[in-house]
Amino acid sequence: MTAAAPVLPAVARRPSTWTVYLWELRKLRAQKRTYLGLGAAVVVPCLFIVALMVETGGPERVPFGRYVRETGLAIPLVLLLFGSIWLFPLIVSLVAGDIVAAEDRNGTLKTIFTRSVERQQLFIAKVAASFTYAVTALLLFALVAAVFGGLRFGFHPLTTLSGNTVGVGRGLVLTGGALLAYLMPVLSVACIALLLSTVTRNSAAAIVGALMISLVMQLLGIISGLEFLRPYLLSTQFDAWQGLLRDPIDWAPIGRAAWVCAAYAVPSLFAALVVFLRRDVTGG
Amino acid sequence: MQSTDPPAASLSADPSRALAGTPPIEARGLIKRYGHVTAVDNVDLTVQRGDVYGFLGPNGAGKTTTLRMLLGLIRPDAGVAKLFGRDPLVEGAKALAGVAGFVEAPRFYPYMSGRRNLELVAALDGGGARNRIDGALDTVELADRQGDKVGGYSHGMRQRLGIAGALIRDPALLILDEPTTGLDPAGMRDMRVLVRRLADQGITVLLSSHIMDEVEELCDRLAIVRSGSVIYEGRLDELLHSTGQRYRLRTTDDERALEVAAHQPGVGDVRRDGDGLSVAADEDAAAGLSIALVDAGLGIRALVPAAASLEELFFRLTEGDANGAAPSQERVPA
Repeated sequence: MTAAAPVLPAVARRPSTWTVYLWELRKLRAQKRTYLGLGAAVVVPCLFIVALMVETGGPERVPFGRYVRETGLAIPLVLLLFGSIWLFPLIVSLVAGDIVAAEDRNGTLKTIFTRSVERQQLFIAKVAASFTYAVTALLLFALVAAVFGGLRFGFHPLTTLSGNTVGVGRGLVLTGGALLAYLMPVLSVACIALLLSTVTRNSAAAIVGALMISLVMQLLGIISGLEFLRPYLLSTQFDAWQGLLRDPIDWAPIGRAAWVCAAYAVPSLFAALVVFLRRDVTGG
Repeated sequence: MQSTDPPAASLSADPSRALAGTPPIEARGLIKRYGHVTAVDNVDLTVQRGDVYGFLGPNGAGKTTTLRMLLGLIRPDAGVAKLFGRDPLVEGAKALAGVAGFVEAPRFYPYMSGRRNLELVAALDGGGARNRIDGALDTVELADRQGDKVGGYSHGMRQRLGIAGALIRDPALLILDEPTTGLDPAGMRDMRVLVRRLADQGITVLLSSHIMDEVEELCDRLAIVRSGSVIYEGRLDELLHSTGQRYRLRTTDDERALEVAAHQPGVGDVRRDGDGLSVAADEDAAAGLSIALVDAGLGIRALVPAAASLEELFFRLTEGDANGAAPSQERVPA
């Protein structure tokens, strides 16, 4: 410093949580893994459409699979189904599983915690940034699927799961609703990945762990003796959006998805917060 | 509601503040255990305003663990640490108002530029920290490399960026953990000059170090830690004077001089020391010794007072131990 007189410290004001959140987003924007996840969300729908153009068959056995060549509106819906198996759990854990562990890897928690930010502010900012990323990935995914699907196969009326046809406008509204419903289990996976990231302090362990939990739930869901578990598995909630595409709309699976997802997400976040607030910051 | 006044608001600026009399650092009975190992064992520290306080000890003595507890990064198993009277474990980040520094090597986000990193920490400081970035970069002479990613920085550059990061908080108390470690000689010299300059500006400095020259050069008070315990706390000059005067002696025949000195009244602790002898004696005894040597037919090449160096004291304090425990006994890396 150039000041000759003893400097009095400025009043250390606490930064707003919004500021901390914006910096979390900037950190994500500066990291390659963010683009890896978002890139996958863009590339997979493109590959799917290219495959449809090259092949003559289609994914006939899945909902809306029969209609993929009839209207571009069916493409995002079919892809949502495929995305639930591993793509979205992977895309989401890639960032949510890293967002705390990366600070441990870089030794930067001590850098941050010796400033004027409270631990809970940073935690909230990290949760919000992970969610923002997940929403962005899902929107990109659906947008690319709908736009390129529509350009290739046209924007035509959509046949619902009940067999009746809805116009393009209502089809888009329903697709938007489906995305919102789909977001619930996606964010739950993010919360589980965040917990693992906080507890293990290791990105690889958190990402693989969150992915494994998703896959194990899918396995539990297909074991015939365990049907009673199925409504309470996170993997099942990835299909809840289909209730919107029935006539009349079946709200039951969506309502159940809301509380089942919350039952996974809220305790995960709470446990992660407690660990984050109390943990010793060593290393670095 | 705790006031958010700057902790270092001077007496004249705010005479009613009890804080003005509160020491920048006050730690009492800090204990931290890792399993069976006690990394920090009942440490008391008091750093007064304006001190350049040395925190000296061998690697693994528990210095860094203590600093982490001071900053609220880890929870002590027992004891209290307060910065300007505020406990970080109770008051959170507010307790760090007016405090800056780093423990172990300063760490930044490798995928962002030096400047971007400073912008980030400035944003987390709130207030006008952002306006001080340019000045801080100039101070640590990183202005021309501020646009490069930290991932490509050398150790010394990161160390300087760490100082810059601390300076933009405009601290009244600066906590530096081994700031010269890993720097080349020129870098060490620059870092010491910088610390001296900051201290001259009135910033209270806690300097952790295992380098005795550094502490001797920069600090006026110090604590010496060993195996997690403070074995000396006080003024550096008092410590240096407490050990009595010694003289270094070289003669034409050191073997005989050793015998003469051993039998000379007032002269004690005669030792071989490098290419000569070292004796404990006051001025009069030294004069008597010179006469006795000449009487014995010995030529005196040199008889010079040797100030006890901190290094010598340090080894005496950290190695001399009734239990015979080695000073380098196994410790949890701090």
